Amino acid sequence: MSHDNMPENKLPEAHDASHGHDVAPHGDPFADPGLPVHQPRRTDIDERAAKRAERQVSLMFIVSMLATAGFIASYVIFPIDKIVYIFPLGHVSALNFALGLTLGVALFCIGAGAVHWARTLMSDHEVPAERHPIEADDEVRADVIEQFKTGAAESGFGRRKMIRNTMIGSMALVPLSGVVLLRDLGPLPETKLDHTGWQEATPAQPIQLINMNTDLPMKAEDIQVGSLTFAKPEGLTEDDEQFQEKIAKDALMLVRIAPEDLKDSDSSDLGFQGILAYSKICTHVGCPISLYEQQTHHALCPCHQSTFDLADGARVIFGPAGHPLPQLKITTDDKGFLIATGDFSKPVGPSFWERSA
Amino acid sequence: MSSASSATTGATKPSSTRAKPANKGEAAADYLDGRLGIYSLAKANLRKIFPDHWSFMLGEICLYTFVIIILTGVYLTLFFTPSMGEVVYHGTYAPLNGIKMSEAYASTMNISFEVRGGLLIRQIHHWAAIVFIAAMFVHMMRVFFTGAFRKPREINWLFGFLLLFLGMFDGFMGYSLPDDLLSGTGIRFMEGAVLAVPLVGTYLQMFMFGGEFPGNDIIPRLFTVHVLLIPGIMVGLLVAHLILVFYHKHTQFAGPGKTEENVVGMPLMPVYMAKAGGFFFLVFGIIAAMSAIATVNPIWAYGPYRPDQVSTDAQPDWYMGFSEGLIRVMPGWEIHLWGHTLNLGVFIPLMVFPMVLAVIAVYPFLESWITGDKREHHILDRPRNAPVRTALGVAWISWYLVMLIGGGNDLVATHLHLSLNDITYFVRTSFFLVPIIVFFVTKRWCLGLQRRDKEKVLHGRETGVIKRLPHGEFVEIHAQLPADKLHKLTAHEQLQPMELPAEVDENGVKRKIGRLTKLRAKISKGYFGEYSQIAKPTAEEHHEITSGHGHH
Repeated sequence: MSHDNMPENKLPEAHDASHGHDVAPHGDPFADPGLPVHQPRRTDIDERAAKRAERQVSLMFIVSMLATAGFIASYVIFPIDKIVYIFPLGHVSALNFALGLTLGVALFCIGAGAVHWARTLMSDHEVPAERHPIEADDEVRADVIEQFKTGAAESGFGRRKMIRNTMIGSMALVPLSGVVLLRDLGPLPETKLDHTGWQEATPAQPIQLINMNTDLPMKAEDIQVGSLTFAKPEGLTEDDEQFQEKIAKDALMLVRIAPEDLKDSDSSDLGFQGILAYSKICTHVGCPISLYEQQTHHALCPCHQSTFDLADGARVIFGPAGHPLPQLKITTDDKGFLIATGDFSKPVGPSFWERSA
Repeated sequence: MSSASSATTGATKPSSTRAKPANKGEAAADYLDGRLGIYSLAKANLRKIFPDHWSFMLGEICLYTFVIIILTGVYLTLFFTPSMGEVVYHGTYAPLNGIKMSEAYASTMNISFEVRGGLLIRQIHHWAAIVFIAAMFVHMMRVFFTGAFRKPREINWLFGFLLLFLGMFDGFMGYSLPDDLLSGTGIRFMEGAVLAVPLVGTYLQMFMFGGEFPGNDIIPRLFTVHVLLIPGIMVGLLVAHLILVFYHKHTQFAGPGKTEENVVGMPLMPVYMAKAGGFFFLVFGIIAAMSAIATVNPIWAYGPYRPDQVSTDAQPDWYMGFSEGLIRVMPGWEIHLWGHTLNLGVFIPLMVFPMVLAVIAVYPFLESWITGDKREHHILDRPRNAPVRTALGVAWISWYLVMLIGGGNDLVATHLHLSLNDITYFVRTSFFLVPIIVFFVTKRWCLGLQRRDKEKVLHGRETGVIKRLPHGEFVEIHAQLPADKLHKLTAHEQLQPMELPAEVDENGVKRKIGRLTKLRAKISKGYFGEYSQIAKPTAEEHHEITSGHGHH
């Protein structure tokens, strides 16, 4: 990489200190000195350097070809379920790793080759190109306005007001058809959001609370103080066609709090011996609440961190939720199983305009 | 009329006046030109001059990632089933065997575990989307801080803004489609946000979801919007954006030989065809390699969506972090009146989010109103030479970052062992305070840099050579900057604050000055007044110093 072997006559001219930077002693020292003189690159003057650059570019294109061959080979060779250990990534899919890297190399080398080619071998003379104002000149402007006026006059749009007004009217009305067509996108809300599946429960025909994990009804003694249990209404199974819609509203969170810790008598009246059944659906934007701190009786929504004090009627003590979690009144049937005899007193889930509490 | 064929077969045969093409390539070009007029098109563009600067690549990254997203997206549609129909999973991923899930989720599992290369394409699609939006943000920052949005490019700024806005939402919809536990939680959030809209919220919710949440319609509907509607609009905007870039010709930084009337650089063919074309492959290659080594959105680990289940660390993709922050730190205000609920705790963030974005959309129009500048600008500003604009931009970014911290408050809390509540209170305060502090710090910083430029122009650069004067004093020798640097550091123009017309006109009649004009004068003073820019050195100052006592 030395200059030793370079023919003298091809070296760049010795740089004249004042060349291109001439400052007239009394002129404007900040005046634009004009485009600087082009500085030749090594590859411009040394054919051997140019040849070397050519080989480098070709090498990159060849590596790309090899990588594509590697991609196809990987596709054929590696079984899709093969897992390999690669430091420091850990256990990864061999196929995904091989395909990604070979594709990456194949693409990258094309790019690197092209850029290297441009930087070393293509002309790097900077040249100016003139800009023209975007605005048309006055003559063109006047001409266009004249043409427009002629067209407008010939249409009679301004003169024949009845045509104009009825046309605007018809154009304004016609999109309404499109809006009307959207009506069947979904049903009207009616009171759908006010009720849950628990509304089927009545004192005469109560619904059992079913443990979400065991799929079995629960007795009061199954619920330990400090525990958190998720429950659903009796009869709701995953095979139910509407399971997702129903569980989105019916999901329950059961906690048992020592009677001396209960701070809200209304809330404890809805429960049974300190067992309280709250809606699991956050009143903020509807995430299921799943974190419970038994020491403080706080339930936390993992999405936006709304925190509810379950010992105090699920009052919001922190975070963006606007109102407490609705509570379901529970009791036990004659066999001792936990049951509900009616719906939540308030709509579950996020607030909405028609919600009246 | 000298074509050889017409001479042999008689003058009646219609013929072209064009000379015989030299080779097959020219013949093909002639054929196309006769039908498409490609020569006139190529004349203007084949050797079009583009200036060189690293920051001009940022827009290219946006374009290329968009192309990558389209390519991989088309591939994914060949295997993805946009349906919420229930199936029981019996694929190769054992942990989910026998579990009920939607066809959308099952087909995404199939793409990830049974289609060879499917996982790679999914990963490239997702990574490219993440890079796409990041690149659009950074590209917009480049345009903002250099004032490239000024006339004649304001409308192109709007096109770019719309691309960012649509890109963010298309990204959100895209990662909602697999119907995994995390994305379903995102859709649930969307439902809650829609419900918070006063008056029509419940109707909108029912129409969007085709009934109660989650229903069976939302995934297929999002799919159509995600793969057809929004990308279609985006392609249109993108083409318009690029046509305008070509039409306006690229902006350039000030420098020797560069003026408002020219653009200095190298020609599209061959230099930028190779550089920009090559850059596409570089970007694609890097994203492919990223997808090989770093997993994004491992949906198999989340499991299928169920409305009563959730995982901790529920985070949206980074570009939704800002809105996530707003929704997390907003106090839970609810107003109950006349049997109705106004859910301000969700509705306010829902409105603030687009407004914060809209601020950037309208900025060029705001600035041109303040400056009253109607000229075309093709020479870029150095950010320091527009201190108030730069400070506003940085303040906006700090605003964004504050809310990003808010959006990841649980991660910040667990990783840095801080109290979640403290972070939330900090973010609430910072939302109002940090942008103001950042504004003033940045403005002072710019002014400091302006002073430094002035010092360099007048006193030259420090050479590091220490000279001892006869009386013993040590001084550092300063060397004059070369002419090109002097020009570069003084080429910017400095606008003066707008002056209100005199209260009383020449006839002694009181003039009415509108409130808006007064406001404009006030802002103009804030932008260009004596506390907002350092007067650039004049030739006289320079002469005085350089002719006085030489280099010192």
